[in-house]
Amino acid sequence: MKPDNLRYDLKIIASWIEPGSKVLGLGCGEGDLLAWLKKEKNVKERGIEIEESKVIKCIEKGISVLQGDINEEMEDYPDNAFDYAICSQTLQQVYEPSNLIHSMMRVAKMGVVSFPNFGHINVRMHLAFTGRAPVTRELPYSWHDTPNIRVLSLNDFEKFSDQVGFKILKKAAINTNNTQRHGKMVNFLPNLFATYGIFLIGKE
Amino acid sequence: MSEYIEQNQTGVSVGIVEKQFFTFAMPPDKLKLESKTSIGPVTIAYETCGTLNPEKSNVILVLHALSGDSHMAGYYDPKDAKPGWWDIMVGPGKGIDTDKYFVICSNIIGSCAGSTGPSSIDPETNKEYGTLFPHITIGDMVEAQKALIDHLKINSILSLIGGSIGGMQVLEWCVRYPDMINSAIPLATTTRHSALAIAFNEVARQAIMADPNWNQGHYYSDKKPDMGLAIARMIGHITYLSDESMRLKFGRKLQNRSALSFEFGAEFQVESYLQHQGNKFIERFDANSFLYITKAADYFDLAGQYGSGSLVKAFSKCKSKFLVVSYTSDWLYPTYQSKEMVKAMKKNDLDVSFCEIDAQWGHDAFLLPSDRLDDLIRGFLRSASNET
Repeated sequence: MKPDNLRYDLKIIASWIEPGSKVLGLGCGEGDLLAWLKKEKNVKERGIEIEESKVIKCIEKGISVLQGDINEEMEDYPDNAFDYAICSQTLQQVYEPSNLIHSMMRVAKMGVVSFPNFGHINVRMHLAFTGRAPVTRELPYSWHDTPNIRVLSLNDFEKFSDQVGFKILKKAAINTNNTQRHGKMVNFLPNLFATYGIFLIGKE
Repeated sequence: MSEYIEQNQTGVSVGIVEKQFFTFAMPPDKLKLESKTSIGPVTIAYETCGTLNPEKSNVILVLHALSGDSHMAGYYDPKDAKPGWWDIMVGPGKGIDTDKYFVICSNIIGSCAGSTGPSSIDPETNKEYGTLFPHITIGDMVEAQKALIDHLKINSILSLIGGSIGGMQVLEWCVRYPDMINSAIPLATTTRHSALAIAFNEVARQAIMADPNWNQGHYYSDKKPDMGLAIARMIGHITYLSDESMRLKFGRKLQNRSALSFEFGAEFQVESYLQHQGNKFIERFDANSFLYITKAADYFDLAGQYGSGSLVKAFSKCKSKFLVVSYTSDWLYPTYQSKEMVKAMKKNDLDVSFCEIDAQWGHDAFLLPSDRLDDLIRGFLRSASNET
């Protein structure tokens, strides 16, 4: 896959990964990011994905992937088995986010976490003006059928780092267009204007 | 496993294939067996499909299960009613693409489809071995295959693929010859039999040995223990299916009647199905081979043999890339057993992929047409061949 075809948020994550490193993709979906990293940055990749159909897509792309639950599958890896553990747009769907971050910081030297920003102006406006649980492009589900059970803002994640005990090494607040292929960095009031946050985290 | 469950659906086939034979271990250089005995000469029946490339880098070895044979695909004769047992997977453009790969399948030692087994003639007595045939193991099956691969002057195997007892051979190969194997696909298999699996095998063996015709295994010049073997096969078939598949396939439907007839014939369809499978099996399989091969499967214990009880240690010398596949409704080798081997592979930092295919057909699912399994195997083989 050419970098142009990679989703904008994944392009940012990809740019942070050192060539030749060992990468674990948590909830890696159909393996687009891992396939790109393998081809372009020569990383040694492993993915974990729960859905059978997506696992098959990963294997068709030549990605090594395990079908299973991310918490359970991470347990088997020794400490620091990876350079990076990437959790792209999955944190908000996890029942125990702090456990997940702890596991990531155990099996990998660094972690990448990205999630839709619940502090975005559209979310705030939606709740303020309709009085109903926000439904946005980035968080498109109704309250009763959403997999996103842990919605959080960029500021929440920064506070979370103090509570859980990890360091934020790098961060990117981004705003993507409809196709999510393109986007831009948000430097002015990111917690209000960014649709997604991406963080590179390390051990304290 | 069941044989010939499905015909080739696409109509595409490798065409005519030929069964070939390789004989080795001529006395006194007999093949040493794990049971501390030896046997020789040994003949191995095998078939190949596709073309070996000049680099000899496109070799795929297919390992068959309990009742399989070397005839994995194609036809011996245009008039054959059925193709080989995995014709849906092996052929031009299929999951294992014979336009790309050179695919070998050999009949296991101990079997009865051309390779040396209990129904072969013992050169020392000029009579069938019967139960004088030495006990064999999965490791012995692999040693005989290794002799064949050496004879074919092949040094490196792109991929090993096998389900069930074939999957055990896949794992044994990877542990014994780590430097020869680039990748491996163990399907619906286990690193050791559970007590449940041994129990079913033992009931099946007892059915054979209780047949008066069995005669301590020396029945070749007389009536065969057909009833015992048929019952053994019926037991096997129950373990290859699942509660769900039997409910969907048969339920409580009656066979050729609209009401119960209060007799001991096959009233229910499931009874008729099992009897049919049993009767079909006795036409082509040897009861002693069934005894020896099921014993070999029960003896198989990768952790016990190669890891002093630790599966992690057992896989420590492996180098190949793995694709482990299990099926949701397989109760003979349930998913947790595949997950155990995946866990041990991960702890050795091996390149392993795992997929649990959602299928209702029980253990036999690996032999049924499945686009998902085709895609998995095709994709995995492509990446394995790109990396070599």
